[in-house]
Amino acid sequence: MGNFNLEEFIGQDYQQGFFTTLDSDTVPSGLNEDVVRLISAKKNEPEFMREWRLKAYRHWLTLSEPRWSTVQYPPIDYQNICYYSAPRSSKDGPKSLDEVDPELLRTYEKLGVPLKERELLAGVAVDAVFDSVSVATTFKKKLAGLGIIFCSFSEAVQEHTELVRQYLGSVVPYTDNYFATLNSAVFSDGSFCYIPPGVRCPMELSTYFRINAKNTGQFERTLIIADKGSYVSYLEGCTAPMRDENQLHAAVVELIALEDAQIKYATVQNWYPGDKHGKGGIYNFVTKRGDCRGANSKISWTQVETGSAITWKYPSVILQGDNAVGEFRSVALTNHYQQADTGTKMLHLGRNTRSTIISKGISAGHGHNAYRGLVKVAKSAAGARNYTQCDSLLLGDKCAAHTFPYIVVKNPTARVEHEATTSRIGEDQLFYCQSRGIAAEDAVTMIVNGFCKEVFKELPMEFAVEAQKLLGVSLEGSIG
Amino acid sequence: MLDISNLHVSIDNKPILRGIDLTVKAGEVHAVMGPNGSGKSTLALVLAGRDNYAVTAGEVRYLGHDLLTLSPEERAREGVFLAFQYPVEIPGVANIYLLKAALNAQRLHRGEAELDAVDFLALVRDKLKFMGMDEALLYRPVNQGFSGGEKKRNEILQMAVMEPRLAILDETDSGLDIDALKVVADGIENMRSPQRALILVTHYQRLLNYIVPDRVHVLSQGRIALSGGPELALELEHRGYGWVDAGKDSRTGVMP
Ligand SMILES: Nc1ncnc2c1ncn2[C@@H]1O[C@H](COP(=O)(O)OP(=O)(O)OP(=O)(O)O)[C@@H](O)[C@H]1O
Ligand SMILES: [Mg+2]
Repeated sequence: MGNFNLEEFIGQDYQQGFFTTLDSDTVPSGLNEDVVRLISAKKNEPEFMREWRLKAYRHWLTLSEPRWSTVQYPPIDYQNICYYSAPRSSKDGPKSLDEVDPELLRTYEKLGVPLKERELLAGVAVDAVFDSVSVATTFKKKLAGLGIIFCSFSEAVQEHTELVRQYLGSVVPYTDNYFATLNSAVFSDGSFCYIPPGVRCPMELSTYFRINAKNTGQFERTLIIADKGSYVSYLEGCTAPMRDENQLHAAVVELIALEDAQIKYATVQNWYPGDKHGKGGIYNFVTKRGDCRGANSKISWTQVETGSAITWKYPSVILQGDNAVGEFRSVALTNHYQQADTGTKMLHLGRNTRSTIISKGISAGHGHNAYRGLVKVAKSAAGARNYTQCDSLLLGDKCAAHTFPYIVVKNPTARVEHEATTSRIGEDQLFYCQSRGIAAEDAVTMIVNGFCKEVFKELPMEFAVEAQKLLGVSLEGSIG
Repeated sequence: MLDISNLHVSIDNKPILRGIDLTVKAGEVHAVMGPNGSGKSTLALVLAGRDNYAVTAGEVRYLGHDLLTLSPEERAREGVFLAFQYPVEIPGVANIYLLKAALNAQRLHRGEAELDAVDFLALVRDKLKFMGMDEALLYRPVNQGFSGGEKKRNEILQMAVMEPRLAILDETDSGLDIDALKVVADGIENMRSPQRALILVTHYQRLLNYIVPDRVHVLSQGRIALSGGPELALELEHRGYGWVDAGKDSRTGVMP
């Protein structure tokens, strides 16, 4: 009858996973103090940085891997990981797009990734003549004119040592958790951003990141400081699937908003999710936390998570300043054997602090999706308010959704609301759209996008369009 | 336009339609009546391509082609439209978005250019006014929170936008107040044309006062037990379905 089969549709193969053996400038695998020292030395870091890494490493030795989340994976052999890899040279990877998996290219095309960027994303060895170099330079000049610092973490350590020393680890201390501690010891690189008082960053800090994301991979570290009365919107990631050979990712992001400052941080995460049997894929253990340190400050996290075999991620906000506002909006999609345990923590310390949590989990195939959230209102947080909404959408009947809301309220004047729904994408809804002439694939995308609308509308326009396309493609199963 | 012969349909091995024969020509309006559970919606859904029904025998030809081999979306693009008895809610998807996607899918299929937002809005506004609908309904999620009557009007709005060749309206008149019934009936009557065929599934004579059908059929236990002209609907109104015997279809084929 030529009818559409939902099960079949979401069960299609991922075809883009490809791995090539690379010979790059790497330190032998394994972790010990010498390796930590070596990383620090290769980066020519000042002593405080080296000492901080070492303290983190020694602390890490005393910890064991957390096991409280719902995610399941075989033990990670930390001595079998390579902790330093020099930036890849042009002899690595495919030589041209002709050598790249055609499925991956088809995906880029569908997502509308510009030709030049396709090469970069696919890991094609393009000799530095990339447009981005000049783009980045003009970009940086314009920002520098406003006193904005935006550079790689390594550069910041060299050029803006005092800022790094002052703020590094002030939101996520090196003792924070197993993965953050590991990151503190061995982090490779990442981004650094400082917005001076009263400055409104005139552009989304995105393009720059997108084209520079190539080598920051495994143990990434980002630090963003919005000084008094400033504003910045930061976009992390890329909607196109990123080629990466590292299985374990443990990134740390620290945000600091001083008085009256606002930071918007948006992420689209689309790392390799593994094949349809659950083989391979990135384990993504991320610690992201913002500190609304000053009064009337605001931090918003918006995330769209469609990739990785395992996502373990709780972007949080510490609401210290009075009247501070924290927001978390999330879309997490798991298909095949992907697992996501994600959510947020809103820690209300200041008076009249407010937080909003909107979580949209979509599970398809054998995907497992858990929302884990903590709303904590301290005694000091008189008049604090939180609103939490957790919606789960199931496609098919082999997937699962869980919600774990934890609420701790120590101040009687606080108001905390929680709403949760679980629904199944209906054959009825699908058929209704189809009977209006809309192809089944498009109908699924339409329905899922409708479900995610509250989150997408918070993304910058361009990014929102990409995110919508990405969901469509992810569900189709042709990419992660 | 539509030729249904000996159509047998079951669900979970339970026969629901047990040999339907029905021919509808372009320009005709047919009313399908019959008691609850007699198979009216099943027939409508099978024609639109709902896949949880198994066609165990018979055939359906639409414009000379085998309708049953087409996917639901292909049928829609070829001009088959079903107004649902129970319109479906789609949270987060704006009504206008669905309408536009639907129309453009059909236009693409016909090799016509897609309408842009401006042209589309002009077209919809026109139809909206005719249906006495508030423009705000366009921007609300599809059918979500719509009143029963608004849902039914919205189905007719979709029909007006899609301009189908064959429209099957499943109890579009149920749950409407008197004024709304008039508006919906006008909307349907307005679609009547020599190129178009309409099948109205209804329980009430009221609708047929506005839209006088060419033929009336009574479905009973999965068969057309009776067919006749518009006066048959009046007779049913007075006598109910009790006297219609599914086993004996003595009056089938009697012309008005
Ligand atoms: N999905 C289904 N599963 C099981 N039985 C079904 C299903 N759909 C229809 N039926 C059965 O088929 C029969 C015909 O149903 P149908 O909805 O076609 O009736 P109808 O004539 O439209 O009735 P009404 O006037 O109440 O709308 C009923 O007995 C119904 O219970
Ligand atoms: Mg019915």
